[in-house]
Amino acid sequence: MTASGFIQRLAPGMHWARRLGQLAFIVVGIAIVNFFLLRLAPGDAAEVLAGEAGAATPEFMAALRQQFGLDQPLYVQFGKYLGNVLRLNLGYSFRQGMPVSQLIGDRLPATAILMGASITFALVAGTALGFLAARRAGRPTDTIISVIALLFYATPVFWIGVVLIVVFSVWLDWLPVGGMTTIEAGYHGTAYALDVARHLVLPAVTLGLFNLAIYTRLTRASMLQIYGQDFIRTAVAKGVAPGRIAVRHVLRNALLPIVTMLGMQVGSILGGAILVETVFSWPGLGRLAFEALFQRDLNLLLGILMASSILVVVVNIAVDFAYGLLDPRVEIG
Amino acid sequence: MISRRSFGSAVALSTLILAAGLRQSGPGQAAEEPRRGGTLNAIIQPEPVSLTAAVLAAAPTGIVGGNIFDGLVRYDLDLKPQPELATHWDISPDGRTITFHLREAVTWHDGQPFTSADVAWSLENVWKPLNPRNPALFRNITRADTPDQHTVVFHLVEPSIALFGLLNGNGAQILPRHLYEGTNVLTNPYNLKPIGTGPFVFKEWVKGSHILLERNPHYWDAGKPYLDRIVFRVMPDGAARAATLEKGEIHYAPLSPIPLRDAERLAKLPTIRVGTAGYEWLTPWLYLDFNVQSEHFKDARVRRAVAHAIDRDALIKVVWFGFGKAAISPVSSSLKAFHNPDVPLYPFDPKRAEALLDEAGLKRDSDGVRFTIAHDYLPYGEDYRRTGEFVKAALKRVGIDVTLRGQDTAAFTRRVYGERDFDLSSSWSSAFPDPQLGVARLYNSEFVGRNVPWSNGSGFRNPEVDAIFKAAETEPDAARRIAAWKRFQVIAQTELPTLPLVELKFFNVYSAKLRNAVTRGDQIFGPLTEAWLDEPAKSQ
Repeated sequence: MTASGFIQRLAPGMHWARRLGQLAFIVVGIAIVNFFLLRLAPGDAAEVLAGEAGAATPEFMAALRQQFGLDQPLYVQFGKYLGNVLRLNLGYSFRQGMPVSQLIGDRLPATAILMGASITFALVAGTALGFLAARRAGRPTDTIISVIALLFYATPVFWIGVVLIVVFSVWLDWLPVGGMTTIEAGYHGTAYALDVARHLVLPAVTLGLFNLAIYTRLTRASMLQIYGQDFIRTAVAKGVAPGRIAVRHVLRNALLPIVTMLGMQVGSILGGAILVETVFSWPGLGRLAFEALFQRDLNLLLGILMASSILVVVVNIAVDFAYGLLDPRVEIG
Repeated sequence: MISRRSFGSAVALSTLILAAGLRQSGPGQAAEEPRRGGTLNAIIQPEPVSLTAAVLAAAPTGIVGGNIFDGLVRYDLDLKPQPELATHWDISPDGRTITFHLREAVTWHDGQPFTSADVAWSLENVWKPLNPRNPALFRNITRADTPDQHTVVFHLVEPSIALFGLLNGNGAQILPRHLYEGTNVLTNPYNLKPIGTGPFVFKEWVKGSHILLERNPHYWDAGKPYLDRIVFRVMPDGAARAATLEKGEIHYAPLSPIPLRDAERLAKLPTIRVGTAGYEWLTPWLYLDFNVQSEHFKDARVRRAVAHAIDRDALIKVVWFGFGKAAISPVSSSLKAFHNPDVPLYPFDPKRAEALLDEAGLKRDSDGVRFTIAHDYLPYGEDYRRTGEFVKAALKRVGIDVTLRGQDTAAFTRRVYGERDFDLSSSWSSAFPDPQLGVARLYNSEFVGRNVPWSNGSGFRNPEVDAIFKAAETEPDAARRIAAWKRFQVIAQTELPTLPLVELKFFNVYSAKLRNAVTRGDQIFGPLTEAWLDEPAKSQ
């Protein structure tokens, strides 16, 4: 047993303490870079507001800058921001007149539902298709699945969205065009859940189709790779049924890259899905961040970025952990 | 003035224009009895920042908030002030005292009475310090007396005719004193959940999704409004807006909400109408700003050459699809009293343009290029970019090479109005019923380089023009004031720091079920008090 392995066995807490330290270091580092990076954009929030108003006076703009704290020197602004970061305070959006944490909290459910539904759909359907394609590699089923996957992968998401709207909302009139609820209906309870589900179908499928393509291709490729390995030949030689080989030996080993992909997607939840949220008027976080950029609402943008970076780091740790469960050979180091 | 972001897809087809909008015109229609009830589904885009126009003059704020607030006056379709919260008013012979008699028994949405004290307080604490368009207009009012609850008397230093162009619920919004007194008006939480006196009451705002207004059952105009509810939905994508309009889910979509091709297609549907009425109070116009301090455009001959090189009628036809009228002066022809048709004209004449450039010593080089400039077009989307491309092609013909520069709005305003690092920019602006309100700021030397968006982008400084503005502001005699404004237009079109291009027309898309959606000249920022649906809104 190596020394480090010994220490790890002795004090598993130490490992997590180290990870936590890394996490803090990364989050603070990202926060500092973000702060200065975003200030490279010309113009500030007061100018944007005055621009939207179409008219302004120097006095009005000075009042806005004072309110936003933009009249203070950069090092003061940076100091305040850093203080907020260290206290895990996401800051205050003057433009929206609300704390950033509340803004994120208000939008998070919408984004979580959309991303959750679309990722689940993509993961289940994509893995299934990839599995099927790998088992029938080289045959027509494989070709058809691969072509479809390539098509979804190559088609712009917003275009799929608009086409789905035209077909299923305008022509067939089965589903609503956009939004998350039928506002004027004032549903509650189950009716409300069903209403949201109806609104969710098109955006979740639109977003899911792209990801489905990724999972299909990933599953197929890694399964084919594993099919070529020695232990599969051994299994075949000792007479294990092909279906059992495919599920227990090949698929399970092929899951590692899929988990990586899943981790990346879950980590990007807070960034939302800007295009899909825009096309379907979905009140999610992606639009919030995207609009904050154009509005130079830097406090809001920095807050979202910070929350995102924390999530990414946490999900990364969870993915590492999942590796260990799926493949005992992988050591968390 | 309208939000600067919202006209990205400003689109127009002359063939689509129902010039009278949805005004009841035929005798058969006039007999129709308004129907009570129903939910009006509307689109608001972009999402407002605040719902209180008094603190932010952006268009989405005005459109939603306009249903929640009343003004002292409203403007009819001829832009004449009509009674709203003020039932009548008297102006003293010297023009320095204006007495407003306020409507009685009007209450705020929280039940508190609306009184003269609210008006006087708003004047001192909101209009004077915060009015973005023309605070000088209100600072000219030394004090407001409130002899009783229903009378407010404005005492003016100098007479002001222009004041009567800005007294509606958008230009001079009255805020409830009992909720704002002693607070910071800019950050008061009621800016996001306003309490007004208007026909609709604020109910909820789910950010990113919708704003819900409900009928005010205690509205002073008994029996109105006709609608039970208005839902303003936030829909950021133009194609989705077109789809939802086509499907009939939406009754009202203001601010040129969809791209041209969709407008053309949808206007043919029996369920949809496209109209341009309701924007009279704004009088929007499109123009190019020359940076008069830049190397080439400091010479007025070069500016005139550019004017001769651009075929405005073709621009309107090709880029604006006939939705507009060639502008010959900074004061639109629709402001009939003020507009001066006898200004130097710059008919499309590339030969004349080339002669002027030769005269300025800017000869073509071996590649046929006289000089190169950068053109920063207004970053509000398609139509403005295409306007930029049109200008580029037009100037190429007379030997001026144009590099188009795209950027986002914040970068654009900083570059043009702050750093002044540009040659030629495009923009649009609202004149309002009186050019003092919207035009003067574009030529007044006071604003040059102060980084105030949409104020004197050209950098023009002319003492005579400044003097004219100053005199016209306080001129009590309407005729002399108009003469001063006509003189200004001659100077502006001679010096040409700013080249007027198009008197723009914005449009709304309506459901055919919606009646009486436009009954006033400031309708776009006014309440839908008279609007009604001829059958109940079907919920999905």
